Amino acid sequence: MLPYPLLSASLVIMWLALNGFTLGHLILGCIVSVFASWGMAALRPVKPRLPKWYLLPKLVSIVLYDIVRSNIAVASILLTGRSKRIKSGFITVPLELENPTALAVLAVVVTSTPGTAWLEYNSLNKSVLIHVLDLVDEEAWRVLIKTRYEALLLEIFE
Amino acid sequence: MSHTILLWSVTFAQICLATAMALAALRMSRGPRAQDRVLALDTLYVNSMLLLMVFGMRTGKVIYFEASLVMGMLGFVATVALAKFLMRGEVIE
Amino acid sequence: MSTIEHASELPAWAALLVSFFLVVGAGLTLIGTIGFVRLPTFYERIHAPTLGTSWGTGGIVMASMIFFTVLATRPVVHEILIGIFVTVTTPVTLMLLARAALHRDRTEGNPGVPAEGPVQSPGESVDAK
Repeated sequence: MLPYPLLSASLVIMWLALNGFTLGHLILGCIVSVFASWGMAALRPVKPRLPKWYLLPKLVSIVLYDIVRSNIAVASILLTGRSKRIKSGFITVPLELENPTALAVLAVVVTSTPGTAWLEYNSLNKSVLIHVLDLVDEEAWRVLIKTRYEALLLEIFE
Repeated sequence: MSHTILLWSVTFAQICLATAMALAALRMSRGPRAQDRVLALDTLYVNSMLLLMVFGMRTGKVIYFEASLVMGMLGFVATVALAKFLMRGEVIE
Repeated sequence: MSTIEHASELPAWAALLVSFFLVVGAGLTLIGTIGFVRLPTFYERIHAPTLGTSWGTGGIVMASMIFFTVLATRPVVHEILIGIFVTVTTPVTLMLLARAALHRDRTEGNPGVPAEGPVQSPGESVDAK
């Protein structure tokens, strides 16, 4: 009856948080979550496996810190008028990640950090094309992405 | 005291976001290519969503929050459809 | 300039916190859009709106959450929905737009665009995840 118990539970909690806790909303939220999880099951997504979920807070804190830092960096580039002189460019980064969920998380991380944008992933030679706004050292960016995010994601998802 | 601070910061935020929307509209009219215009439209949607949230704080009504949620959803769907159109020349294959 | 009547009982610390987040969020969004107008090429311009969608949205969502939570003296989490929504959708739109731009530039043979990598079979593009 409940193919995705975690999804259903978080839907009920979200429903109650949005509408206030009453018995009627509890029942309505349960009905909605059951139907939503049936709909999710009909889509047949690959169940993501998270053997080391306790490392997720570490990833979130690293990413939040990096977003703050690169927000300041990009804002200063845009404000001080260096935008005419900065050298931006494309880099290709070979990846060891193969799990689709992990790749999606990496794409969200790379894109939501200002200054780097994930352009396209090539599954045949397992590399990703990334555009960097302030490209001073290509190798440094490659090492940064591989050691700071990919190593942690590999540990979480595999 | 707190009322004055809040009034000034809310006004400042509204002016900032309105200017940002004007700049995004400028980029949309200037182009030069279709992808620039679509990106400008997306920025315009996000900025109007934020402006609605600040407006909700100013008036104290929660209804603006729902309006901004709908705005964000419409913006996402519109941008995805336009990007697909740019890539393939059709929206639904 | 009108007044904010309903906020008169807001304590000073909350007003300061809300103002700080509002000014940071709106200011970052404005800076991002200024960059959006000033940067010369499309691939550089794609970075500018992420300022508004990361901490621009984050700051205003945070300000709104603190504001309504302190005023109504119960936790208001509606705004988290907008935060999650923007965080999840922005990468999708930016990635799709960037791939569309790459595709258009490649078919027109514009300079300054990296060549396409090997694909599985002709006519079938490799999907980005």
